[in-house]
Amino acid sequence: MEFWVTQMFNGISFGALLFLLASGLSLIFGVMRIVNIAHGSYYMLGAYVGLSVVWRTHSFALALLAGAATIAVIGVGMERLFLRRFHLQEQAQMLLTMGFALIFEDLALIIWGGDPYTIPPPSLLSGSMHIETLTFPLYRFFVVAMAIAVGLFLWLLQERTRVGAMIRASVDDKEMAGGVGINVPLVSAGIFGLGAFLAAIGGVMGGAFLGVFPGVDFEVLPFAFVVVIVGGLGSLKGAFVGSMLVGLVDNFGKALLPELSYFTLFAPMALVLAVRPTGLFGRV
Amino acid sequence: MAVLDTRGTRCFSAVAFVLLAVLPPFLSSYVLTLLTQVLIFATLAMSVDLLLGFTGLASLGQAAYFGLSAYTVAVLTTKQGAGFWQTAALSFVLSLVLAALFGLIAVHAAGTYFLMITLALGQVLWGLAYRWVSMTGGDNGLAGVPRPSVQRVSFDDPTRFFYFTLVVFLVSALVLYLVVESPFGYSLQGIRESDGRMRILGYHTWLHKYLAFIISGAFSGVSGFLWAYYNGFVSPQDVSLVTNMESFLMVAMGGPGTLFGSTVGALVIVFLKNFVSAYTKRWLLILGGMYILTIMYAPKGILGALREWGRRKASLPRATATAGGRTDR
Repeated sequence: MEFWVTQMFNGISFGALLFLLASGLSLIFGVMRIVNIAHGSYYMLGAYVGLSVVWRTHSFALALLAGAATIAVIGVGMERLFLRRFHLQEQAQMLLTMGFALIFEDLALIIWGGDPYTIPPPSLLSGSMHIETLTFPLYRFFVVAMAIAVGLFLWLLQERTRVGAMIRASVDDKEMAGGVGINVPLVSAGIFGLGAFLAAIGGVMGGAFLGVFPGVDFEVLPFAFVVVIVGGLGSLKGAFVGSMLVGLVDNFGKALLPELSYFTLFAPMALVLAVRPTGLFGRV
Repeated sequence: MAVLDTRGTRCFSAVAFVLLAVLPPFLSSYVLTLLTQVLIFATLAMSVDLLLGFTGLASLGQAAYFGLSAYTVAVLTTKQGAGFWQTAALSFVLSLVLAALFGLIAVHAAGTYFLMITLALGQVLWGLAYRWVSMTGGDNGLAGVPRPSVQRVSFDDPTRFFYFTLVVFLVSALVLYLVVESPFGYSLQGIRESDGRMRILGYHTWLHKYLAFIISGAFSGVSGFLWAYYNGFVSPQDVSLVTNMESFLMVAMGGPGTLFGSTVGALVIVFLKNFVSAYTKRWLLILGGMYILTIMYAPKGILGALREWGRRKASLPRATATAGGRTDR
């Protein structure tokens, strides 16, 4: 019983982290129809920038903000300077993000070296909660709370605001959206920046409990992919359900079959795709 | 679109073949091992091209079959002392079976989904190579794979191993050429241009794509088989995303949908990688930069650009084939 409760809690908090990562990926796909291969790199770079800020200022909040803002700027720059030139050429855009992923991986190695680090969590959250014989790290509650806050924000943004209506219109039909006066390029750049912002938040948050090291970009990327494959690309609900599913399955897999841990990604993907090739909530 | 649609390409292939057959005894062993490596990766790149260039399916997971095959050779030779024919048969069958299994999952999807699924499936294999330490040696990999010997003929010597690789490469190239030039291959190209139209014409498009996926996986496996014997060492690096991206760039750079363009891409990348590594460790930076340069300045690859130039000279109408992907969804 103890095992199940603890692993369930770990799985949900890992799922929350995956949601931060995958919601941005899904958002970018919704508007631009491309899979951003550099999305894992945003996660890694966010964590590294956060790490540097924590070293200098000892403030986790500042690290979160600085990491996310820096990576958002990088994301917008990538979109405006490079992806923009290949408007509606999805394959060329994906190849570009692939090139950037390789460059970011090497740059991070040059700047931060090859050692693994952990971002120290804020002292307020470094304790644990004890219920009878069980221990729950407070920080993991914070990750879950952050994911819920981000999820609510994205939902309100999409469903309840004028900007959200513009995003939805661009998702449904880019040309018509442009025709009725929506600045689609601006929406694309904004969404790309927001997606990068979210991935970097995930990076700083994840850096405090999974650590940050060279290669983490390509290690989290397949997780984000499986989440949106399972949940369906372009769907916020799908990203949420997919994150929880993958987080839980992966955590139990790791606990029960440590040698085959990565293999647990395979099961949810194979099962969902056999039933629904576009994912649980996908529309395309 | 014929594979060898210009006289230039045909002449080039013939000259390259003669050079490859005649020159080796006169080359230094360093150049010879690099050429061997080119042929191995050209086989991998051609298998990627069958999917990317001819079927319009961007696969970022062919290293899975490459790696499975290489690990099969390494495990069998170092732990069981298996001989050439045993490893050849088993690595071929295993990569075929894995491709048949993964294909069931991946081929239902198209475009972006296909790319993501193949990448994720490939990473599953990477995870196994990295964490299933008792079988794969984990991060340390498996060392000490001996060069093969067939019917008491040992391929220990670099020149002999080169000719061995050349023969396997030529057979693979010939089979893939016959595949893409067959009615089946033309159907694949039809599916690349428009899946929906082909379905209306009565083609079973899923089955076509599924078969192409299996054939591609089998040849990725062939290249992995050669790689294990060539390198003598297998590690998770061989199954990694970087290997996938390298083979993908070989195709994009050479020209998708040209089959032999992949060989040109493999030549450029293998030589550049080895040349650069003598001076700097920044290979990924250079690889990424080449990705971006290729997309911006030679979106149809080296061979594609040459062909366009040749066509313009011959003032023929421009081909409608797109570089790899389908323009319509």
